Amino acid sequence: MLELIVAGFMCVALIFYAVTGGADFGGGMWDLLATGPRASAQRNAIAKAIGPIWEADHVWLILVIVILFTGFPRGFSGLTTALNIPMTLMLFGIVLRGAAFIFRKYDVKSEKIQSRWSTLFGAASFFTPFIQGLTLGALSTGQIRIIDGRLTTGFFAGWLTPFAIACGFFALALFAFLAATYLTADPSADPDVRKEFRLRALWSGSVLAPIAFVVFLTSKQGAPAMYQGLTQWWAPFLIGATLCFAIAALASLWLRRFALARIAAIGEVTLILGGWSLSQFPRLITPDITIYNAAAPAITLRLLIYALVAGTIILFPSLFFLFRIFKGKAVESGA
Amino acid sequence: MGMSLGFHIIFAALGIGLPVLMAISEGIYLRTRRPVFLELSKRWSRGAAILFAVGAVSGTVLAFELGLLWPGFMEKAGAIIGMPFSLEGFAFFTEAIFLGFYLAGWNRLSPFVHWLCGVIVAISGTLSGIFVVTANAWMNAPAGFKVVDGKITDIDPIAAMLNPASFHEVLHMTLAAFVATGFAVAAIHAFFVLRDRQNSFHRSALGIALALGCISAPLQIISGDFSARSVAKLQPAKLAAMEANYKTQTGAPLRLGGIPDSESQTNPYALTIPRGLSLLSTHDPHAKVIGLEEFPRRDWPNVRVVHWAFDLMVGAGTALLILSILAGWSAWKCRGVPDGKWLLRALVAAGPLGFLAIEAGWVVTEVGRQPWIIYGVMRTEEAVTPIGKIAIPFFAFTILYIFLAFVVFYLLRRQFMITEKPAEQLVTTDA
Ligand code: HDD
Ligand code: HEM
Ligand code: HEM
Repeated sequence: MLELIVAGFMCVALIFYAVTGGADFGGGMWDLLATGPRASAQRNAIAKAIGPIWEADHVWLILVIVILFTGFPRGFSGLTTALNIPMTLMLFGIVLRGAAFIFRKYDVKSEKIQSRWSTLFGAASFFTPFIQGLTLGALSTGQIRIIDGRLTTGFFAGWLTPFAIACGFFALALFAFLAATYLTADPSADPDVRKEFRLRALWSGSVLAPIAFVVFLTSKQGAPAMYQGLTQWWAPFLIGATLCFAIAALASLWLRRFALARIAAIGEVTLILGGWSLSQFPRLITPDITIYNAAAPAITLRLLIYALVAGTIILFPSLFFLFRIFKGKAVESGA
Repeated sequence: MGMSLGFHIIFAALGIGLPVLMAISEGIYLRTRRPVFLELSKRWSRGAAILFAVGAVSGTVLAFELGLLWPGFMEKAGAIIGMPFSLEGFAFFTEAIFLGFYLAGWNRLSPFVHWLCGVIVAISGTLSGIFVVTANAWMNAPAGFKVVDGKITDIDPIAAMLNPASFHEVLHMTLAAFVATGFAVAAIHAFFVLRDRQNSFHRSALGIALALGCISAPLQIISGDFSARSVAKLQPAKLAAMEANYKTQTGAPLRLGGIPDSESQTNPYALTIPRGLSLLSTHDPHAKVIGLEEFPRRDWPNVRVVHWAFDLMVGAGTALLILSILAGWSAWKCRGVPDGKWLLRALVAAGPLGFLAIEAGWVVTEVGRQPWIIYGVMRTEEAVTPIGKIAIPFFAFTILYIFLAFVVFYLLRRQFMITEKPAEQLVTTDA
């Protein structure tokens, strides 16, 4: 039971990371793809949307990792050993992206320097979520074997399979869609720019469907345990609900109901990650590591849960208030 | 890992120190309503924001790196000391949120609430430092678990956090952050005051930074002495290496510098102070102090590195203490911010000393703990990742950190150059 609660918190943190940090990555992708006469207006809208809350978004990922190594230490060591290479690559992506972003914000505002940092920022925004999708996908492949606490399949198992790669592309498309949808709903952005993001949201949202289908197809071979999960009794409901949200998001984008579209997109991402977690359950690394055999002793789990609950009670209201403040029109004049 | 941490610790120290300066300055502004203090806290908050952003990135890397480099260590230790890391996560979260309020809220929050946000940033920065240091202290003085037949049982994460080394390490590290930030910031502003004595912006900044540094430095020395006595109890081999003390003896002398030679167990060219070591480590000049000879050779840390690093830290600490006394004395004499030419020059020169001492101090702690990763429980070689004997990931992270270091240095410098101008304008309006 304790394991389940901790794993639940971990899933929630992961979902928050996807809907906040994921949109940041998507913003970076659109930054790189900004074209047309309003390219720099697009970039400004993106920078403004990412700017103030960027640091807070990163915390979700740190939280996921910290919960993992406190609550499921064997899961953490298995993960970091077997997927050492992609995770190191991902860290490179995170560092380069962060550095480029900070530079863009605080370095001189010359066109040439800015565009160089923009390119790096955009490229890292593509690279990092791709690797993240790949890594999550690799956990489901069942090709990573950890027998008697020892990794037997080397450092290349799982993450180079078609299924994992399809997951990587899925993450890319999902985050691009999410970011474009958020940007259409930003009232402070230029109306023309919002129009352009509406189109982008529409087509990136539509691209999601075929990629999702490829993920599903490759999972039969590439992630049999997950495929089985997705054919259980609850799966049709889950897939149906996800589909409803996806269609609702696209429809409200079409009808220019942007606030609604944003909610639907968040719902879609939540259900996708929630569904993935359910189909993984109770495995962390398929097939050998589960939340039960990787768990820390009960006392650690219990204390961790206290800390998580207390943190949630204190931090959520402040976070909410922070978002509220930033939604105001005035741009800070001082700092 | 040593490298990443050596890098991260600089942000950590600034991340503890700068918000404190920023909150003090805004507090003074609230009382005096002099605009120069408002400008100062804005300036410092911008520095804090850059460091925070880079700190977040380097912290993310660290969280993963623990597992990427030492899966064996994390597997054993995660359940025991994951707790302080989770708490650090929350402290960091709090800091991120309130720094957001602080940066965006200059015109939107009431001045007092705004200042409170700054205070919360300072407190949560300090707390994140405290939490992780307890994790490090646990590696030095493992507690809160039992080993039965090679298996870890009876885990108690609270007892692990409150291990016997926590108190002295936390105290010493928190003070170190104040000392290092205080003197580094003072050095920058002393440099500008040297150029222009009338610049009230830099004078005020110098005053605040110096006050923080000068109050913390003497306390730092006292807490260092306390640390040394705790180490003498908890890790006598580390203390012996710190002092290059090979032989167990009563009335042991203190040896400064020298070239410790573990083969002949001597320390030629050292400056020797009779009975000094016994006096310092027990406050009794005749006490018996345990030497390295009591331990099997394979349990010795690298004596030279530890001894030299220790002398470096103590040397830097002593220099900063003398400087604090001089600065305090001349501030008392002129009832204001001291601006003697030689004092300012000395302050500029002493800027890096605090950070040098921090790095040296961590080398003492970490290298002094070797060959153990968890003192007396797990050896470092048992903990390492099996991947390519660590060379590739280690190399990769090293490059990453050199890059990040460059980013920060460049940006902070740039930030200073850009913001030079408004400062001068401010002087004219203020004076
Ligand atoms: C501004 C920085 C600074 C200064 C001036 C000093 N130290 Fe220090 N010292 C540190 C910064 C530091 C540190 C980096 O913060 C360490 C590393 C781990 C820790 O807890 O603090 C440390 C560790 C450390 C340890 C090892 C603790 C352990 O391994 O558990 C001892 C014995 C001392 N110090 C003693 C001293 C003495 C006797 C000083 C007096 C002159 C001194 N330090 C000045
Ligand atoms: C919570 C804090 C810390 C943890 C968990 C930690 C962990 C470790 C571990 C596991 C090792 C052994 C592996 C090795 O030898 O490379 C180590 C060594 C080392 N650490 Fe730390 N460390 C911490 C803080 C620091 C800091 C702040 C520094 C800053 C300079 C530092 C510097 C070093 C160095 C130089 C070594 C190498 C020692 C040697 O191999 O001789 N550590 N640390
Ligand atoms: C060994 C593992 C460590 C991990 C995983 C880690 C993780 C992190 C993370 C994720 C952050 C957030 C970024 C930020 O606030 O800037 C952070 C910041 C911080 N860390 Fe660490 N850290 C470690 C070691 C240390 C050590 C040894 C200290 C020592 C005192 C320390 C003190 C701090 C402080 C004070 C901050 C806030 C700094 C700021 O606000 O800029 N950390 N750390």
